[in-house]
Amino acid sequence: MERDPRQRGEGVVIPSIAMATVGGAMIGLAASALLLTHGRIAGVSGIVGGLIRPRDAATSWRVVFVLGLLFGGGLLVGFAPETIAEPSSRSMAAVAVAGLFVGVGTRLGNGCTSGHGVCGLSRLSGRSMAATLSFIATGFLTATAIQLLFGGSL
Amino acid sequence: MIPHLSVFGAGVLFALGLGVSGMTDANKVIAFLNPFGQWDPSLAFVMVGAIGAHMATRRSILRRSAPLYGSAFSAVPQRAVDARLIAGAGLFGVGWGLGGFCPGPGIVSAPSLGPSAAAFVGCMVVGMAITRKLEARLSTNSPPQ
Repeated sequence: MERDPRQRGEGVVIPSIAMATVGGAMIGLAASALLLTHGRIAGVSGIVGGLIRPRDAATSWRVVFVLGLLFGGGLLVGFAPETIAEPSSRSMAAVAVAGLFVGVGTRLGNGCTSGHGVCGLSRLSGRSMAATLSFIATGFLTATAIQLLFGGSL
Repeated sequence: MIPHLSVFGAGVLFALGLGVSGMTDANKVIAFLNPFGQWDPSLAFVMVGAIGAHMATRRSILRRSAPLYGSAFSAVPQRAVDARLIAGAGLFGVGWGLGGFCPGPGIVSAPSLGPSAAAFVGCMVVGMAITRKLEARLSTNSPPQ
């Protein structure tokens, strides 16, 4: 959905920051719940990657966690559909390539926004700090390059 | 049953947190990563909230001798920062800025049946499978150390 830039002033940013912080706290507590109950790290790419040709037998918790993610997504679709939006400035080809890069990159780099960015930074891991700096930097560079070279759409 | 319910609940809470925070709005993510457009820096506070809540609780959790439904807390590999880590994370970031999805929001958005979310998740899984396959091939081809 296209948004009118004029509607995105101060009045939108402050509630947006509050929602981001509260939603972030829910994510952090969900990660703590997984740690408390199963001693596992809530890294989504690692959990999904672990379902593909699993290395160890303990896969059932991964399946159930992903089912929980999908059920939660279903609740959002049903009760707060405005929270889910498709990227309006990106073609299907761009999104498909993005998916491949994210799949390969998170397996090579052993983690994503949740595993490195939330769990790793919370335990002050040097590896996660380095990985987070790397993906934040290239994420900003990529979206900014698309803005400056292609006018924001690709 | 209760162990599974607890993981399921953690997954649901994680998903709802992504939704509440704005991370499942791919346009918001792209706006966050692009200071030269209609910059929306609010998503930086997702990390603040998530790290704050997780840091505040993980210490007391780790004081236990074992998790509630497991024999031990999973050991985190203690390895040095290497080129593979930086390059892999860097490639992930390129995909994040290109599509507006990281793995969690991609999966949580999939039930919307949006074509972008579906294509993203499908290609992500293919990328993971390719990587795993190449890794397996490389490790069987390389001579024993």
